[in-house]
Amino acid sequence: MVQDRYDVVVIGAGPAGSVAARFAAENGASVLMLERDREPGIPVRCAEGVSHNGITPFIDVDQRWIASRIDVAKLHSPNGETANMHNNGLGYVLERRVFDTALCELAAKHGAHLITKADALDLVWKDGKITGVKYKYSGEIRKVKCDIVIGADGVESRVGRWAGIKTVVRLEDIDTCAQYTLTDIDIEKDTCEFYFGTKVSPGGYIWIFPKSDNTANVGIGLSGHLSHPKGPKEYLDEFVQRRFPEAKITYTMYGGVPTAATLDEIVKDNIMLVGDAARQVNPITGGGVVQAMIAGSIAGKVAAQAVKEKRFDKKFLKEYRKEWNKRLGKTQKTMFLMKEKFMNMNDERFNRIVEFCQKIPRDKFSLKTLFTEAVKGDPKLMIDVAKAFVVSKIKMK
Amino acid sequence: MKINRDLCDICGSCVAVCPADAIVVSEFIVDIDNEKCTNCLNCLKVCPIKAIEEGE
Repeated sequence: MVQDRYDVVVIGAGPAGSVAARFAAENGASVLMLERDREPGIPVRCAEGVSHNGITPFIDVDQRWIASRIDVAKLHSPNGETANMHNNGLGYVLERRVFDTALCELAAKHGAHLITKADALDLVWKDGKITGVKYKYSGEIRKVKCDIVIGADGVESRVGRWAGIKTVVRLEDIDTCAQYTLTDIDIEKDTCEFYFGTKVSPGGYIWIFPKSDNTANVGIGLSGHLSHPKGPKEYLDEFVQRRFPEAKITYTMYGGVPTAATLDEIVKDNIMLVGDAARQVNPITGGGVVQAMIAGSIAGKVAAQAVKEKRFDKKFLKEYRKEWNKRLGKTQKTMFLMKEKFMNMNDERFNRIVEFCQKIPRDKFSLKTLFTEAVKGDPKLMIDVAKAFVVSKIKMK
Repeated sequence: MKINRDLCDICGSCVAVCPADAIVVSEFIVDIDNEKCTNCLNCLKVCPIKAIEEGE
């Protein structure tokens, strides 16, 4: 049964929301999750690539939501050269639909409540303070009281705006994406591929993430300011026609990825934002699942502590921001500065980077080498990149 | 701004780039409030499927 009052209401049951709910509940808070769609994880708007080390702190690996194991990243330069990277650790291509539900079930197991097809409409205020959430469920407008709202409502986040937080991103800081799941294609099951170049994907890249030995998510992200009038669908169709002319499409999706720095404000009195809603995404790779889970775990723990101490003010909740900055926030900022470089690179530069990567011995070639080479000529950024790799090992996606 | 509902995939990218808070997305529909809209065209540019056109 849904109660009319909880300590914490989480809006959105993606990885950020479910992990936040789980950690808040596990640490003693009463938690309700509101999910707009009919089930968590759908519609899938994700390339589904994650690293083993990124997800295992939060959930035990289960074959039900692993589509394939990835050992190699293959980079394609604009002039058709390739370089293989073997040292980024084990990765997975997920079945997000199953994965997201599994994360929800974990939250439920720790005591969180969940309702699906529950569309949050607004925050409830009293005397200038957030005291609950208004939502639509089964044709009826309902209100639920709470002390803390966690906004985990994705790229299209409205929760932050309701709270007066500036969430808008620049066109330069969103990747506009199209993706097909293609079948009957010739690929290597353990290899993720990346295509760069201004003709292929201006300001972004094309990816091939295998889901089986003949099926893959093939998608594109273009920087928002370079996606008009020719958009991601047109570029992707051209690529698919060239590389996989015989392919059949089993899934088509469109979406946007915020490739910004974390919002300046992710905490206010009685409210925290997590995941895409807080713009907690690796601005270079566009990967956000692991970032969302890390942010969710911090926010969930801080929420539970706030409940224990009855402190719901911004000053107390700011602990979440502090911890996020320590864990990933600073790294994200460095990646953001690098992204600006990447976005403006010409094809010649991409060619030279891949050429450089080909010459590195297999056991020495990692993302760190790639990124360091990419920012060569900018000593300050080189130092930041080196630091970022000391603080946390960055993985593709 | 006007949304072509035959094309719109309800991905919500337009909401993220709207400086006027004029776009609302729910499970099945995206709506633009033309009273709030400032015609900046961000939504039209970011839309991955070109489902947004000028006009009311």
